[in-house]
Amino acid sequence: MTWVGRSLRRFEDPALLRGEGRFTADVAIGARIVRFLRSPLACGRIVSLRPPPDMPADALFITAADLNGTATIRPMLHRFAYRPVEQAVLPADRVHFVGQAIAAIVAPTAELAEDLLEAIELEVEAETALVTMDDALRPGAALVHGIAHGNVAVEGIVQSAECDTAFVSAPHVVEIAIRSHRQNATPMEARAGCAAYDRATGRVRLTASVQMPHMLRTGIAELLGMPESDLQVIAPDVGGGFGQKMALFPEYAVLVWLARHHRGDFAWIEDRYENLIASAHSRDQAHVLRGAFADDGTLLGLEADILANVGAFSAYPTTCGVEPLMAFAEYPGPYKVPAYSARARGVLTHTCPMAPYRGVSRPVITFGLERLMDRAAKAIGIDAVAIRRRNLVDAFPHQTVTGLTLDDASYVETLDDAVALLDIPAFRARQAAARAEGRYLGLGLAVFNERTGYGTPAFAARGMGIVPGYEVVDIAMTPGGEVEVRIGASPHGQGLRTALAQIVADRLGLAPDAIRIIHGDTDRTPYGWGSFASRATVISGGACQTAADKLAVRLRAAAATVLQARAEEIVLRDGAAIASNGSSVPIAALARQVHQRSDLFEGFNLAETASYDPAGTFSNACHAVIVEVDAETGHVRIERYLVVEDAGRIINPLIADGQVRGGVAQGIANALFEEVIYAEDGNILTGTLADYTPPTAAEIPAIEIHHRETISDATLTGAKGLGEGGSIGAPAAIANAISDALAPFGIEITEIPATPPRIRALIRAAQAPR
Amino acid sequence: MSRHTVAFTVNGIARRVEVEARRTLAETLRENCGLTGTHVGCEHGVCGACTVLVDDVPLRSCLIFGVQAEGASIRTVEGLAAPDGALDVLQQAFQDHHGLQCGFCTPGFLMLGTWMLERSERLNEDSLREILSSNLCRCTGYQGILDAVRAAARTLGRWDDDAGISSPA
Ligand code: FES
Ligand code: FES
Repeated sequence: MTWVGRSLRRFEDPALLRGEGRFTADVAIGARIVRFLRSPLACGRIVSLRPPPDMPADALFITAADLNGTATIRPMLHRFAYRPVEQAVLPADRVHFVGQAIAAIVAPTAELAEDLLEAIELEVEAETALVTMDDALRPGAALVHGIAHGNVAVEGIVQSAECDTAFVSAPHVVEIAIRSHRQNATPMEARAGCAAYDRATGRVRLTASVQMPHMLRTGIAELLGMPESDLQVIAPDVGGGFGQKMALFPEYAVLVWLARHHRGDFAWIEDRYENLIASAHSRDQAHVLRGAFADDGTLLGLEADILANVGAFSAYPTTCGVEPLMAFAEYPGPYKVPAYSARARGVLTHTCPMAPYRGVSRPVITFGLERLMDRAAKAIGIDAVAIRRRNLVDAFPHQTVTGLTLDDASYVETLDDAVALLDIPAFRARQAAARAEGRYLGLGLAVFNERTGYGTPAFAARGMGIVPGYEVVDIAMTPGGEVEVRIGASPHGQGLRTALAQIVADRLGLAPDAIRIIHGDTDRTPYGWGSFASRATVISGGACQTAADKLAVRLRAAAATVLQARAEEIVLRDGAAIASNGSSVPIAALARQVHQRSDLFEGFNLAETASYDPAGTFSNACHAVIVEVDAETGHVRIERYLVVEDAGRIINPLIADGQVRGGVAQGIANALFEEVIYAEDGNILTGTLADYTPPTAAEIPAIEIHHRETISDATLTGAKGLGEGGSIGAPAAIANAISDALAPFGIEITEIPATPPRIRALIRAAQAPR
Repeated sequence: MSRHTVAFTVNGIARRVEVEARRTLAETLRENCGLTGTHVGCEHGVCGACTVLVDDVPLRSCLIFGVQAEGASIRTVEGLAAPDGALDVLQQAFQDHHGLQCGFCTPGFLMLGTWMLERSERLNEDSLREILSSNLCRCTGYQGILDAVRAAARTLGRWDDDAGISSPA
């Protein structure tokens, strides 16, 4: 009986349920409040910037001039014609997007700070904003940054002669142009930071709602030219991140600067409006995909033209290459693609910068590929399931045309499971009957894989200046016999404390409640990369397992001394070290002896370190959805949502299903509801949650989840990551289902979110007399 | 800005605070009473993270001012568990059914759920989903929250098994 595989209740929950969690805003009570003056214009020259006329003595006004000597945010990529765009912490002379922080006000309370903010005298000379990719790519367009010609900040090109040949000779060429509109990850806790100066040591403690505390410390120390060891970064309870909280944002650098220069505590608690307009956006992409197909549906070649609107700057450390280059490298998805040509460009505009959001580009490429498959099936006259089955990778390991290695997975099997669960013939009969009554039901499928748990090699291949990837874990047993595990990963809702404790408990023969996972504090944890990219359970989990195994070796050696047995014959079980003759010693007693009677033992220490840096693995899933579309209103109702997923070994099924459900909900939002909308002048029209419209319990259906567990040797624990998968499949599956429902009108969904107005416009156009 | 002294009870304890007229009840609870369990997710009345019970009715505490709470009896998430920290039925159901991930929305859902379980009408599938759609959660996809409140309603005898028909208690 192992702890891994059990739906253990989360250790994180009781404090959160009692309202005793500690989020950044809770820590900030009593600090002086910082508010940022944000640019009202998308593009322009700062003509004048003057403090409020009646500044009280206890207020501060901070501009670029104050930060003189601070470096610029300038993450690097050494490949893909990357143009290293620079972002000043506070701009001295130009603004580049609506919402960009221009100056900071400090006051004793938030109310006073906002009064002062309104009284700042700012004059900006407006210039024409380039808001859309069309604007920015138009020949002769002005440049967002002089360094990036044609407003292209990054470009990947792969051209294959085989692909050209495939397209010339293929009997069927199918093309689709897709558009994914801009998203905001919208964690329920917006960004927040509190920098506190410690007069005794001269150090600053930055408590912040972030996913990568170590990286943030490095980034801020570099910007401010301060010793990194003078800064402690704590990620306390973090109210969701989904990628948005990875980046080094200028606001945090200002907080640390203030704490150092004004020797006090300074807090910025972002409001929702700021978060919606000025944190980080994502998935503003347009792709043109072409597939060359044989008569039997075999895919012979794939061409992709990928455009991603990356906004005005490049987020540190992932850079603005993260979206276009992921689409570029991973487009073949789970399919056998023998030849591939692609071009991917990251386009600068006067909009909020882009940063990763759960799944990054995969929801978009899955939308593209799965729409292409459905369109090809129709064009060739074969079944949508058959064309997928024909092309899915079914022998492993598989080397993709873009150089990735697909490890053991269940692409065909998850599809087959979903198809069996759906009973498609019965659905078709129901669909036909409904159509006869003027009701439109549709069924959509999406098969995809998700690259997870990748370490250094994957990031190095992108040419990143800062190469994330490894994780280090320090493990130690206290004299009382509890285990302290210090990790560099930084969970924010994923239940990692529970899942990792399960892994460690099994290796040490202890109960999980004897395992304390310590995270989110640069003073107390080894350098690591935080939580993102479905990596923590795989990479930190692998390191935890190795660290626990190393500690187990020490415990067995000590037990051998106590029990006068050979170390090899000792097992750790149920809290005891047990020799083969049945004699045993409680592990807690052993721990006390090793610490306090080191004269009896060889080696007195119960501490170990382990690291893990895997090449990566691929989770996979098939999503299937049945929708009903109201042709009169354009409203889409999800009748059934089915996920068959394979993330390898499931450490904690309760937590795993929660990740899938949360991801699917965000995917549904992406497919049907959420969109950041800019006006032509670069102002944002979706500045409240009533305009950006995240879905509620009324819109998210029950999600049926089925698991497969393909244990691949690509990870130490057998677990593949699953943090992002839910969000990846939903847009494609839903778009396919709506397209199926509206087939009588000849309508196909190529633009998401497929909001009622968009669907109504398609229906109106289809019904218009030609 | 004028300052006012306001008196109310929070979780049964009498409080007297001095606040500016424009300070929201959410900030009054957090800043003036030190009760940081009530979270602020939007400050514009959409997310429901700030939901508290005022005279036994759920209200978004970001939409009323502290001064409006004069004489009121307020309940917040801090008042749900027993003094020794033992979770109440609803809190325990949230843990059992994975009704929270990051926990930021949780206090608001718990207060809304507490009211749902105290109402005279029993809950059914329709009212469960409809009322819980008042608040936003970004992590769970809502399933765990629905499951938790349903389970707590069953435990407390507040569940009406005839879906779609709500009967008086
Ligand atoms: S904070 Fe009150 S409703 Fe969002
Ligand atoms: S649990 Fe994170 S927002 Fe609900």
